[in-house]
Amino acid sequence: MVQVKLESHILGANDLLARKNRTVFQQNRILTINLMSSPGAGKTTILERTIEALADRTGIAVVEGDLYTDQDAQRIEKKGVKVVQINTGGTCHLDAGMVDRAFQQVVYPDLQLLFIENVGNLVCPAEFDLGEDFRVVITSTTEGNDKITKYPLIFREAKVVILNKIDLLPHTDFSLEQFHADIGRINPEAIIFMVSGRTGQGIDEWNQWLFEEVRLKISTL
Amino acid sequence: MHELSLMQSVMDTVRDGAQNNNIIRVKKIKLVIGKLSQALPDSLQFAFEALSSDSLFQGAVLEIEERSIKGHCQACGSQFSIQDDYCFICPVCQGFHVDVIEGRELFIDYFEGDTL
Repeated sequence: MVQVKLESHILGANDLLARKNRTVFQQNRILTINLMSSPGAGKTTILERTIEALADRTGIAVVEGDLYTDQDAQRIEKKGVKVVQINTGGTCHLDAGMVDRAFQQVVYPDLQLLFIENVGNLVCPAEFDLGEDFRVVITSTTEGNDKITKYPLIFREAKVVILNKIDLLPHTDFSLEQFHADIGRINPEAIIFMVSGRTGQGIDEWNQWLFEEVRLKISTL
Repeated sequence: MHELSLMQSVMDTVRDGAQNNNIIRVKKIKLVIGKLSQALPDSLQFAFEALSSDSLFQGAVLEIEERSIKGHCQACGSQFSIQDDYCFICPVCQGFHVDVIEGRELFIDYFEGDTL
């Protein structure tokens, strides 16, 4: 009997590609955001609101992850920005290799802000580094408070947590107090925005903050 | 969910390792999985059984060591365990800047097998 010590990371191959992506994004001064949420939390709607506000001030492109359809990509295309659809064919997350291939199709000289809309899922995407600058997780009042404590990793590793569907708060059992307590425990450094993609409430604050991040990214290099 | 693709990756790595070390039958694979990772040990076991039909893995055992979550406070340097409430605030100085030093593991520790 022989024992072979490996100590190799199971996602080592992905992490290597993610590092490569990060270097490319960095060299091209592209702020890259990995946008994650459960299905139906409002990723595409918030993205539409953000594109409407920022597209004339900064060069945007979107990589859309979805299991089988291109419905979200069609919605984004209508906003007049470059978009490419990745169909994962049933795989529950995007990986760094998929993002690398998609990036080649959307990159253009003035690109400054790249959104990667991950597959709607709070579990698997959390494990896969794509080479992004930071992660934004959206949760919504209609999902209930328990998502944060049920899926701590994705909330722990987000720089920004957006609480969407704030307009529906009076019609749900969602507790804002509980939400702040849970995020405050799991990720006390998280930046929180409370928005409604439908009514536009709170969207300006998010867009302004994001635009500042794009400017910082351009100026720090 | 993604345990099947994780396990596929584990077995590809072990297959390569076996070839490099002239191992013809793998007896045991040992994984280390942190409690903050999203891979469920039961699902990994299931995926292992589903994928281990070829002769290299016949009769092999998958052992999974689960690691609890540990934090390190950047402000005061304390190290502490993080319990099931996922509280990442330093219990000593109440600092918010806490690094996860254990609990994110997702690696193959070693494998054992018989050579020719």
